[in-house]
Amino acid sequence: MIQTLRENKKLQGLLLILPTLLWMFGLLIIPLILTFVTSFGGRSADGNVIYRFSLNNYLRLIGLTPEGGFDPLYLQIIWRSLTLAFQTTILVILMAYPLAYFIARAPAKRRNTLLFLVLVPLWTNFVIRIYAWIMILRTQGVLNSVIGWLVGLAGGHFQPFELYPSQSAVLIGMVYEFLPFMILPIYTSLEKIDNSLFEAAADLGANALRTFWRVTLPLSMPGVVAGTILVFVPVIGTFIVSDILGGRQVILVGNLIQRQFLDARDPAFGSAASIFLMLMTLIVTLYYTRRFGFGEEIAAA
Amino acid sequence: MSSTKRSPWITLSALLIYFFLYAPIVVLIVFAFNSSKTNIVFEGVVNQGACGPFYWFCKLFSNDDVLDAAKNTLTIAFISTIVSAIIGTMAALALQRYDFPVKRASEAALYIPIVIPEIVMGIGILVFFSALFTWFNSTFGLVGDGRLAMGLGTVIVSHIAFSIPFVTLVVRARLHGFDKSLEEAAMDLGANEFTTFRRVTFPLIAPGVLSGALLAFTLSLDDFIITFFTTGPGSTTLPIYVYGLLRRIVTPEVNALSTIWILTVLIVVFISQRLEARR
Repeated sequence: MIQTLRENKKLQGLLLILPTLLWMFGLLIIPLILTFVTSFGGRSADGNVIYRFSLNNYLRLIGLTPEGGFDPLYLQIIWRSLTLAFQTTILVILMAYPLAYFIARAPAKRRNTLLFLVLVPLWTNFVIRIYAWIMILRTQGVLNSVIGWLVGLAGGHFQPFELYPSQSAVLIGMVYEFLPFMILPIYTSLEKIDNSLFEAAADLGANALRTFWRVTLPLSMPGVVAGTILVFVPVIGTFIVSDILGGRQVILVGNLIQRQFLDARDPAFGSAASIFLMLMTLIVTLYYTRRFGFGEEIAAA
Repeated sequence: MSSTKRSPWITLSALLIYFFLYAPIVVLIVFAFNSSKTNIVFEGVVNQGACGPFYWFCKLFSNDDVLDAAKNTLTIAFISTIVSAIIGTMAALALQRYDFPVKRASEAALYIPIVIPEIVMGIGILVFFSALFTWFNSTFGLVGDGRLAMGLGTVIVSHIAFSIPFVTLVVRARLHGFDKSLEEAAMDLGANEFTTFRRVTFPLIAPGVLSGALLAFTLSLDDFIITFFTTGPGSTTLPIYVYGLLRRIVTPEVNALSTIWILTVLIVVFISQRLEARR
């Protein structure tokens, strides 16, 4: 038997992949299929799932009530999640690019330290980082105190910002949480650009701005694409940032799903929302990767 | 890219972004020494009891809930890291070295956790386990404490599930530049497969396995969403505990906890960087 194992390369490969397949099958494929099946079900009076085939949950999501009316509540939630995810991604790109550029252009021996400094905040806990923003953004918080103090020095009167809880606070929190995920891939693709390209551009008479626009930016696009996926996917599905920094006002798809499983006790509707979220994310990322290509930058991050 | 002259605007914006990254962390640590229990305004450095300015740290260490949560967090992270490092490395070897029938499907499956929102996976696992446990408990007539329920076990297997793809990705990247002739040489010199793996292959891919494991460890420590949907009574982790506190009243104890967390992580990272540098 050992002899056959030694000679049969196919069998060896299968044995090596077997535990992974078991895990992926048991904790990914079957759960996704089960969610899909549940999403067509209903809710019994005591909050259990009734398995049946009905499109009611999906109709409810797009605003059609069983009575034939129209209620845009869930569409508004989906729209809010999408806009917030796009806003976060754009802000993150605008902030990550200069920093990644700065690190890539730093002396080689300092680059690792500068990159390391980007990662340190990421190693503190996700939930704890959001909590820090409450302390900064609340009406009597650090931000208002500092601004109030500065305005006071200048002899003015300062009306504190009421940032927490609000949708702006959620946006700030999201940008903060996911910024490092954009810096790393952009840095990786910037760092790979061959110097001779810049020299060539300069020799051909391009100024700094033109070189950036025609050489640096196009060549760093794979990093931006990878970063966008690493940021967009978690932002569209998260519910803690909005839960903590948005109070009860900012409800996103993530919050909607979470509530169906905890407070509202309607797992079937929650499953439908979850499947909807997955399809929405897959469509956006597929379109995006088809359009711009998909590099190894995602692995580097 | 080489270091050439930089525009001062780039340097300025880089400094501002570093400030943005670190300001919350500084605030977090400073407020761990706040004398105000409500912790909204900094009212001066606490000086209370035997611990003086470290009052909230001492209070934290006498809090059983926090200690339990810390123990759970570490237990989950250690077990899921070891298991996912082994399984993920095996998968990386299989995908990089062998041809087998379900190769494409396995590769696709390993990409799914990376491209779908975590909540979708969390909900799926929750739906799966609750259906499985309901069926199992009623079929085998389990009642009371004997029933299968969510807990440490479900959290650990779920953490393994989301860690495997990342470990595989990292180890595969390492295997990519691997010179196969080294293994062939070992075999020619009479080593069997096991010896070759132990003496040649593993030492060469070990740094990849180590960074994969480190990634799995940090993912597990930081995870909130999957844990949130797979946890049960008695398996609260630190992120879940802090989240629970945030919805009620937050005392500087949470800041003290965060400070210890940040320092611990920094020390661990520092040591691992040192070890890496020595290699």
